[in-house]
Amino acid sequence: MRRTATLWGATISVTVAVTGAALFAQAPARFGFGRPATPQEIAAIDIDVMPDGRGLPPGRGTSAEGAVIYAAKCAQCHGKTGTEGPNDILVGREPRTGFQFAQNPKLPHTIGNYWPYATTVFDYVRRAMPPTAPGSLTDDEVYALTAFLLHANELIAVDAVMDQSTLARVVMPARQYFVPESRPAPPKPRP
Amino acid sequence: MKVTRRDLLAGAAGAVVLGKTTRAQTRTPVDPTKVRGTPTSAMGQRARTATPQRLVRGNISSTPHQDLMGIITPSDLHFERHHAGVPEIDPANYSLLIHGMVDRPMVFSLADLKRFPSVSRIHFLECSGNLGRVAGPETTPGLLAGLTSTSEWTGVKLATLLKEVGVQPKATWLLAEGSDAAVLTRSVPMAKALDDALIAYGQNGEAIRPEQGYPARLFLPGWEGNASVKWLRRIEVSDAPFMTREETSKYTEPFANGTARMFSFQMDARSLITYPAFPNTLEPGWVEIKGIAWTGAGKIRRVEVSTNGGATWAAAELQEPVLSMAHTRFRHLWNWTGGEAVIMSRAVDGTGYVQPTRAELLKLRGPGTAIYHMNPITGWVVQATGNVIYKQEPWG
Ligand code: HEC
Repeated sequence: MRRTATLWGATISVTVAVTGAALFAQAPARFGFGRPATPQEIAAIDIDVMPDGRGLPPGRGTSAEGAVIYAAKCAQCHGKTGTEGPNDILVGREPRTGFQFAQNPKLPHTIGNYWPYATTVFDYVRRAMPPTAPGSLTDDEVYALTAFLLHANELIAVDAVMDQSTLARVVMPARQYFVPESRPAPPKPRP
Repeated sequence: MKVTRRDLLAGAAGAVVLGKTTRAQTRTPVDPTKVRGTPTSAMGQRARTATPQRLVRGNISSTPHQDLMGIITPSDLHFERHHAGVPEIDPANYSLLIHGMVDRPMVFSLADLKRFPSVSRIHFLECSGNLGRVAGPETTPGLLAGLTSTSEWTGVKLATLLKEVGVQPKATWLLAEGSDAAVLTRSVPMAKALDDALIAYGQNGEAIRPEQGYPARLFLPGWEGNASVKWLRRIEVSDAPFMTREETSKYTEPFANGTARMFSFQMDARSLITYPAFPNTLEPGWVEIKGIAWTGAGKIRRVEVSTNGGATWAAAELQEPVLSMAHTRFRHLWNWTGGEAVIMSRAVDGTGYVQPTRAELLKLRGPGTAIYHMNPITGWVVQATGNVIYKQEPWG
């Protein structure tokens, strides 16, 4: 009886070892699911723009061109001059010194006083604005609107041309105040 | 008012006369042991008298924590936040493109994603703006902190897909992009992508809800909800963050020291008493104080409850199993003998981090700081009448 049990035990453990190895097979280096993406289908939806200008398309625009488009397609929600709302306030440089958003709850966050990168304006407007027809603006229109908003925020000259090479070089005053996550590792108090 | 048999019969007769025989309008039979019940059905529904609802405010809707038990949020009560509505996506046409700094740019259909090895994990998802900070006394738990929900998420590990496309050595970040009308984008550090990030297509045993990203979304356990991009259509691998609008203009926190923090992904420990709360009324006697606690740092180690406005604290009971980065149910028995009392809870996570007071947070953040990552201790006032109201605290 005892011997049988031991034999059975041995047999079972051998079986487990063998099937166990088979069940938890090493994952392959690649499964081969999915298919290669074509350059055309990548280009069709690769619309992001990076702070160094990577991703900016050809095209150009000025503040004067942008003003016309802004009045027709944006002002109804963001105000005649970008300061009136009703939706997000886009224009405003106050306070000109320091970065007092934590102290002053009334201070609106605008492109001029809060946005750290100019490329974000192009990227966001092209993908999401106007909400009634997102993705409807041409690249030239987006460059022009970006120029209009940057000039309204006193960040570029009235005749500056925004394009693939100039936009990423626009200096944003708020840039210096942004710090990446640096909270002390818990359990120290983490703001 | 007492409901009589005659009322019920009249109600039933009325329904028949009007030809309305839907289940919702059928009155409860007086004695269910004397009437045959409704037959089986292809799709179950809640009891007619159980009617939890999300609280809808503009483009967010919040989970009614006061109506829930345990730790799983029913999928149809999972909170919503979207920037341009819920898109309608045909799963047959869905595809996920992964490109950029990879050896093989690839396109995966939904069927492809489901062929890869899958995992299921129970995790909370919390919007980083989850505090009703100008909340009045008539604030419910759902209104106060209803932008957190817990589900079992099923999908493929993002690491599995990244291995499939071959991430190049220089890559440190990736961009996740949704196919909603906001074409929402967030940058995600490669370390998180290779650690526990999922491309999720399942929620609580079925397909993800449209509001949650159907047919597939990114899911980053323990991190602010906005980064878990829904309706995921594209991942671009790169060597720097993309600085999208949602990680610069929004989802950054100004500090009292004149800086603003970006990429503050992790949600810190928090707890919420869900009963008793507004609008409950208590009778003197034993009360089971119930609530949920959660942390993006891992597991909740301890929840403490005070019934005297924070003068003393007692350890609450935690419902096992306590899961990592998931709501954890806590309970504490309290004998309310009458008189006004302030009840509060605070969470301690596995790292030893203690949920801060509002005053502690404000000192570091300043009164003008953004709504993001506010996890203060909150409480409820049990008035001498037994009415429970939210314990209001000034913001600045
Ligand atoms: C129908 C109203 C509407 C129109 C028209 C509109 N916007 Fe907007 N805009 C909004 C809303 C609402 C938001 C906030 C969206 C969100 O938070 O998801 C917004 C956000 C923005 C932002 C980001 C603001 C911030 O501080 O983060 C910019 C920039 C912007 N719009 C530019 C434009 C431009 C340029 C146009 C014209 C092409 C335009 N908008 C047209 C409603 C509108």
